[in-house]
Amino acid sequence: MSTPEATAPTALAERVGRSEPRKDAGEKIRGRAEFSGDVNVPRMLHGKVLRAEVPHARISSIDASAAEAVPGVVAVLLGAELAGFDPYWGHAIKDRPILATERVRFQGEPVAAVAAEDEATAEAALREIVVDYEELPVVGTIPEAIAEEAPLVHDGPLRPGLFHGLGKLPEREGNVCYRYRLDAGSVELAEAEAELTVEGEYEFPAVYQYAMETHTVVADFGDGEITLWASCQHPFLVRAEIADLFNLPIGRVRVIVPYLGGGFGSKSYTKMEPITAALSWKAGRPVRIQNRVDESMVTTRRHGMRCRMRTTATRDGRLRSRSVRLWLDTGAYADNGPRVCATAGDAAPGPYAWEAVQVDASCVYSNTGPAGSYRAFGSVHLQWIGELQVDELARQAGVDPLEIRRRNLLRPGQPVRPDGTGKPLDADLVGDVEKAAAAVGWGKPKRDWAGRGVAVGLLAAGAHPVSRASVRMEADGTVEVNVGTTEMGQGARTVMAQIAAQELAIELEQVTMQGADTRFTPYDRSTGASRSTTLAGLAVQRAAADLRERLLATAAGAWGVERAELEAVAGAVRGPRREAGYAELIAERFGFIGGELVGEGEVRPEQGSGSYAEGPVFWEICIAAAEVGVDPETGRVSVERIATIADVGRAINPLLVERQDEGAVLQGVGNALFEEMVYEDGFLTNDNLLEYRVPRVEDMPARMQAIIVENGDGPGPYGAKGCGEGAQAATPAAIATALADAGVPMNELPFTPERVWRRIQQIKEADQR
Amino acid sequence: MTVNGAPRELVAPARELLLDTLRERLGLTGAKRSCEVQVCGTCTVLVDGEPVSSCTYLTCDADGREVLTIEGFSESPEFAEFERAFTERAALQCGFCTPGFLLTLKALRDAGELRNREDVISGLDGSVCRCTGYKSIVKAAEALVSAPDAARAER
Repeated sequence: MSTPEATAPTALAERVGRSEPRKDAGEKIRGRAEFSGDVNVPRMLHGKVLRAEVPHARISSIDASAAEAVPGVVAVLLGAELAGFDPYWGHAIKDRPILATERVRFQGEPVAAVAAEDEATAEAALREIVVDYEELPVVGTIPEAIAEEAPLVHDGPLRPGLFHGLGKLPEREGNVCYRYRLDAGSVELAEAEAELTVEGEYEFPAVYQYAMETHTVVADFGDGEITLWASCQHPFLVRAEIADLFNLPIGRVRVIVPYLGGGFGSKSYTKMEPITAALSWKAGRPVRIQNRVDESMVTTRRHGMRCRMRTTATRDGRLRSRSVRLWLDTGAYADNGPRVCATAGDAAPGPYAWEAVQVDASCVYSNTGPAGSYRAFGSVHLQWIGELQVDELARQAGVDPLEIRRRNLLRPGQPVRPDGTGKPLDADLVGDVEKAAAAVGWGKPKRDWAGRGVAVGLLAAGAHPVSRASVRMEADGTVEVNVGTTEMGQGARTVMAQIAAQELAIELEQVTMQGADTRFTPYDRSTGASRSTTLAGLAVQRAAADLRERLLATAAGAWGVERAELEAVAGAVRGPRREAGYAELIAERFGFIGGELVGEGEVRPEQGSGSYAEGPVFWEICIAAAEVGVDPETGRVSVERIATIADVGRAINPLLVERQDEGAVLQGVGNALFEEMVYEDGFLTNDNLLEYRVPRVEDMPARMQAIIVENGDGPGPYGAKGCGEGAQAATPAAIATALADAGVPMNELPFTPERVWRRIQQIKEADQR
Repeated sequence: MTVNGAPRELVAPARELLLDTLRERLGLTGAKRSCEVQVCGTCTVLVDGEPVSSCTYLTCDADGREVLTIEGFSESPEFAEFERAFTERAALQCGFCTPGFLLTLKALRDAGELRNREDVISGLDGSVCRCTGYKSIVKAAEALVSAPDAARAER
């Protein structure tokens, strides 16, 4: 994606590169911003879902007659009634029924749904549905899932979904639904010759994204068409999957996206849309389903992982080889597990130049809630492990952790993937990590039980590079940006407006942007993988430049001059002898005050298919440095200082870039220190915010700094590239390396006081022997 | 009860929650539902000036009391200062939790309990924001600590 041919008429930093206030601040601060749960459609019913009480069972019978008789109930839907469709969905693997029919595979799986005049009636009716279960052996953990003779969570062949994007899906092997392998160079040889070796086994917990707005959908299944108001990040992918599921043309499914109350990946792809649409189909009226938190926790989560890793080096600290075996628990249905697995495999080598690398990553089914996308997936799983091992090798070699990275980090232009495929490195990692280390006082004296650490990683970002946009100028010169990016807090509407204002040389106040309505908004692949500013932003830049050209052409035609003699300046076209505002030109074109001009822009793969293997669009930089303190009496870890690097090429809005990283840091602190979904035999035991603790204001590190690096090396508009995920992968990793520096190397996240205290006792006992 | 200064007379079933009354019956959707266990604060409204979690507060308990939601607060003269503090620092992202934070801060300040950073940290303990990492919210709140005299002078 090269930068557009035309040069922007506005000097950089007039619109782009400025910390403009958020376009949506007023609405949100005043409580007027509309979210999916605020949408009210005439005749709308309220839906509730009956969810399985057990993790794995055959359904011997369901009796819903009493529920149907409850006054106020309009429809009760069971899975068997959907047999006329092919009621299985899943963008990666079509393994998930809209409602379970013969078998439930996780506690919380939808078994029936009720639509009633109000929510309380629907809930009451759920209690009248009688389901008899014949329980089956539960596959509750990764070891249970990969054991010989393990019960199978799925036994048929895997059917590929519409958007797995991973070439040909491999056959299912037992409970393994996807496998990623990489073998470059000879690990055997490097390990045999290695002077220094570090190896270990590590565990990463399942965690919950907790977007504060739970999954919420309003569906209206009309005559041969469906309209959805949905809290979804990827409206165009949802549209395609719903059309496929209900045998409708794509154009007869309309997805409207209000503001999202947070996403973080939890609202990527399809979630509650199929069941809400099906319930509306049965009821013949619009239906709203709004999950409770415990329901959203079993709708999607982050993958738990087990990993064995071995890294080798020469005596003087030159890294030689790494071998990784890992298993990701994707729960009862694949969701985005295959892609998470491939991304984890991609992240496993880490950002170093290796002689040899071997990665074997498996995505396994279990009888737990399905796991999908969550900010920085794959990278967050692996970075802390890889970086702990690099630090341990540095200690063995007697080299400073920063120095071992200076010596071994990839340089710009070097291939990132050890097999040489895909995009080479497009960032200055050494420069970045030095900035982060300096910000936490690297090399300065430390207290007892305090440590400092750095962490460097890469995240394959951008997903599939297809985004379109149009920019429409009304007769009065005001501008609407039409682009499918979902505003979920990241500030996309502000950034897109800044880009359009920049290209058109107009004031930011003249530009607005709404959420996607797939009937009118041009196609955008998705809002995730840090892709919006880079790809949708580039489409907006091109669309605005196209609109500018139309304005210039209008003036050239009207004035009988050459296009080359004209320029766009401050909301007007200026020629050698004349100047006219945009509104004046549009009036001249149509002969009265009316009409409009529309510019279009498009981003698509420049070569090949834009597949994952050919990508990524860019490598997102995951770099942080931290200083932690640990209380040896209680095991409590406190993050005293943390600095993150937002290596964004060009910051369209520096304030919003900082906010992205600050938010990612706190989610990373939660992931590192206390967040964990606790499953026992397939039962989720902490499915509420009292027992599943998320960071509160008191958990904020004493000092946190988001450092913006602008090298203009991104493929997006003005050299920009995405951010917002890197800091989340790097934060637990920097906390882990800092804690190891304080004398407490850990191999299991989260680093709860109890785990840390036990580790300290182990270390003390070992020292005494 | 009085809602945002206007008297409201309604018959509420004994188990109806204030959040549902506000959202479903009065169309005041600024307060949001999330955790339902008084942890997140996104459903916060003020009852007689005190912040309450409307997701677990019975409507009948508001009988005869004054309820203030973000829709009412945003009409008041002092709101401009809160809006400016949050807008200038981009102390919001998705905006789902923002009204709860604003009402909590208003209650703290009205009670004279927003005097310094410590007050901000302890006062916002019952408000969760998953997007911002809190730093910008704390800064905005600190601006409300130091600003009141200047702001009162303006009015």
